[in-house]
Amino acid sequence: MGLDFTVVPSYADALLLGVLWTIAITVAAGLLSFFGGILFAVIALYAPLVIRLPFRFVAWLFMGTPLLLQLFLIYFGLVQIGIDLPAFVAGVIGLGLHFAVYNSELIQTAIIAVDKGQMEAARTLGLSRRQALIKVVIPQAVRDVIPPIGNMMIALLKDSALVSVIGVTELTLSAQLAIGRTYRPFEFYAAAAVLYYIINLGMEAVIRRIERRTQLSR
Amino acid sequence: MDIDLMLRVYPYFLEAAWVTIQLSVLTILLGLACGILGAAGRLSRFALFRFIAAAYVSFFRGTPALIQLFLLYFGGPQVGIQLDAFEAGVIGLGVNIGAYMTETMRGAIISIDKGQIEASRTLGLSRFETFRKVTLPQAMRLMVRPLGVNINAQIKGTALVAAISVVELTYTAQRYIGSTYKPFEMFLIAGILYLIIITAVGKLVTFIDRRVRLP
Repeated sequence: MGLDFTVVPSYADALLLGVLWTIAITVAAGLLSFFGGILFAVIALYAPLVIRLPFRFVAWLFMGTPLLLQLFLIYFGLVQIGIDLPAFVAGVIGLGLHFAVYNSELIQTAIIAVDKGQMEAARTLGLSRRQALIKVVIPQAVRDVIPPIGNMMIALLKDSALVSVIGVTELTLSAQLAIGRTYRPFEFYAAAAVLYYIINLGMEAVIRRIERRTQLSR
Repeated sequence: MDIDLMLRVYPYFLEAAWVTIQLSVLTILLGLACGILGAAGRLSRFALFRFIAAAYVSFFRGTPALIQLFLLYFGGPQVGIQLDAFEAGVIGLGVNIGAYMTETMRGAIISIDKGQIEASRTLGLSRFETFRKVTLPQAMRLMVRPLGVNINAQIKGTALVAAISVVELTYTAQRYIGSTYKPFEMFLIAGILYLIIITAVGKLVTFIDRRVRLP
């Protein structure tokens, strides 16, 4: 069986819809991982010991296990406890939490690295500890980690292919559905690879732009 | 938590963990080989080699590993590449992590101070001798830790072969979640085994890093 790429254009609509879903899931999970990462970092550093220790244990468990395994846990685990989420939502939660744990590690390091004088100055000016943290320390820490978080987002885009296994019809599953009808795996996976590559280029451009804008004030 | 069930099924997870270890070792060795070739290509004097290596890195880092794996395993037979799932997993994931390792190795090599290369060239060493005796020994010390990060990612990355039905840890966990409806318990067994493997390898990397690091 030779290669015949002429079958690909007739599934262009399905593939492009898959592209849109891939972008949607990447953006949604990316946002969740960013804000979740900040929240997790604050919990890991400042929550009372009884919360902090188990939290760090769970974070460690998530850092040491594959995303695919976590997706199975979240997808089937939620069904188990009676929450039947659409696959898309389960995928966003799984991807988002996975990357939130990684982002949290980056943000924790950055929070610790913010000059102690900043907190002291803010406290002297009459801000409470909480205010100083939210208005002074965290914004600076987050700005410092924008470049590595950008790299995480690019990794997230590529890992979004994994949610195809729990039935989210993004690009990878769209390609598989087309293969199911045409029996042309090489052509459609190659097409999917090209589309991912293009999304990746676009995303890198956006991220570099954000980086330039946020790193100007340094 | 159903401890009885966990005790009953864990031997199957141990067998699966052995497959995960084999996959990890083989993909990491292949990845290191690809990384050495890739870094040599990226730093070559010849534009053609630089182009090939850059294209390799760009394709494998720019597309999902899962797609690469599917392309090789399901698409391979169409272009005359017949591999069983385990072989496809090793080759697909090994070549993939090799692209990341290429950049790690290249980064370590180009971070060596230019003055050292100039000095040793002035002292009469050839380009190759300079690389072998001055640049590489220093660069290798610098790459241990970042390669450790690649290796850690790859051990977790072996889970992808579950999608082509290789019976390793994640596949086994998935199968037992399906048959027992105990997702949390199965996740915990598989997770602990992954953590043992990753922690052991992490300790080994730290040990090597300490041994080779310059004071």
